[in-house]
Amino acid sequence: MVELATDLTVREVARAAETVLGRSVQVTHETDIARDLAVDSLALMNIVMELEDRFDLSIPLDRLATVQTVGDLSDLINKLRVKA
Amino acid sequence: MGLLDKHLGYRAPLDGIRAAGADPSNVRFDAILSPTEGTLDGKKVILLGTNNYLGLTFDPDCIEASAEAVHKWGTGTTGSRFANGTFAGHAALETALAKFYGRKHAMVFTTGYQANLGGISGLVGRGDHLILDADSHASIYDAARLSQAEVIRFRHNDPEDLAKRLRRMGDAAKGSLIVVEGIYSMMGDVAPLKEFVEVKKEAGAYLLVDEAHSMGVLGDRGRGLAEMCDVESDVDFIVGTFSKSLGAVGGFLVSDEDNFDLLRIVSRPYMFTASLPPAVIASTLTALKRLEEDSSLRVQLQANADQLWNGLRDMGYAVGPHASPITAVVMPDQAMAVTMWNALLQNGIYLNLAIPPATPENKSLLRSSVSAAHTPQQLDTVLGVFEQLGQEFGLLGRARRASA
Repeated sequence: MVELATDLTVREVARAAETVLGRSVQVTHETDIARDLAVDSLALMNIVMELEDRFDLSIPLDRLATVQTVGDLSDLINKLRVKA
Repeated sequence: MGLLDKHLGYRAPLDGIRAAGADPSNVRFDAILSPTEGTLDGKKVILLGTNNYLGLTFDPDCIEASAEAVHKWGTGTTGSRFANGTFAGHAALETALAKFYGRKHAMVFTTGYQANLGGISGLVGRGDHLILDADSHASIYDAARLSQAEVIRFRHNDPEDLAKRLRRMGDAAKGSLIVVEGIYSMMGDVAPLKEFVEVKKEAGAYLLVDEAHSMGVLGDRGRGLAEMCDVESDVDFIVGTFSKSLGAVGGFLVSDEDNFDLLRIVSRPYMFTASLPPAVIASTLTALKRLEEDSSLRVQLQANADQLWNGLRDMGYAVGPHASPITAVVMPDQAMAVTMWNALLQNGIYLNLAIPPATPENKSLLRSSVSAAHTPQQLDTVLGVFEQLGQEFGLLGRARRASA
């Protein structure tokens, strides 16, 4: 069940990235957001904004300090969802 | 392996821009002849990208006050406001700013950047919530980081999106600090402040408006967007700068908030930097007086803004949503923006090249700011060059529809 929720979240991260970047992206848990997706800090903040709407959730930007991979972001979202 | 290797990703783009002509990040003026003219490589250029909205940098009274102050008080304060760096002028300027805005309190910072850094990081901290317009200036984002508050962004100039995000926050929305700007520095668009005020009141949040580009520009008395929208009593904090309409450098925060004086002993960007030199304080005080007394400058500025914006739009350039002292022309891509920027410079016009990630929606912009000191003839010259180059590079046909 945990695996499934994570995969779903990873897929939503990919979709949000595609919406913001305007191109298709392939991601896994290990994808490095800055290096592999060529996402700068502004684009990452825009992706987070998309994800907030998709999950109806607040994702404070200060929490992104520890986010490097898609897996990190997905874990953060799942953690915040549990809290909400 | 050097320490700066991590920035090497910027090397190729920077070299590419430099190879195309002049370096927009390192323009060096040989001389500044007036608020609207300078020389570059020995050639006279019209200054159309200096944020010198009222053209007061060469105001004789400001220069006189500044010269008198440097003779009387010396070249610098050699200390922070918190220690030895508060002179009579700093206090007088704070009193004048509080009076100008009809507020109880004012605080002067050494730069506009530090006013946001020091104001916002003093107002919110760990455990507080800070709500930012997505297109906020870098100083606001940096303030957010310094504050360690929980930061939520909302879509640019979208009160409904703000309301949605505040609702999502639940109880935390009450007492949070919302930050918007009067005029946004890249596209020149203004915030829908009346609507933002409604959302803020509904949520029980505080509102800070950065009037850096709108002070001296908007409002009957030049107090900015909050005055123009008649919502000053619902704006809790106003931040502004001396480096645009007031023609110097520095920044300020005004408010009626209780315990405001405590900011002076908790705001690190206020406490741990040298205060403004007396000459800057003196010219700023004089410029503020002129701003207050001479509304003709604002009328002239608006007329000049209209002339440039209408002219560019009518030619078929894609410009911002309405006339504003900041007029940004949207270029089809970065390469064309760099080409046009160089061509404008070669034809005697200096403005700002603005490219991602500093721009909204990854746009490449030719950003101009008009001044009350521009003559209609200068702006005609500018428009003439834009028309000639637009035809030469095939920009006008392509952009015509986008400008609607």
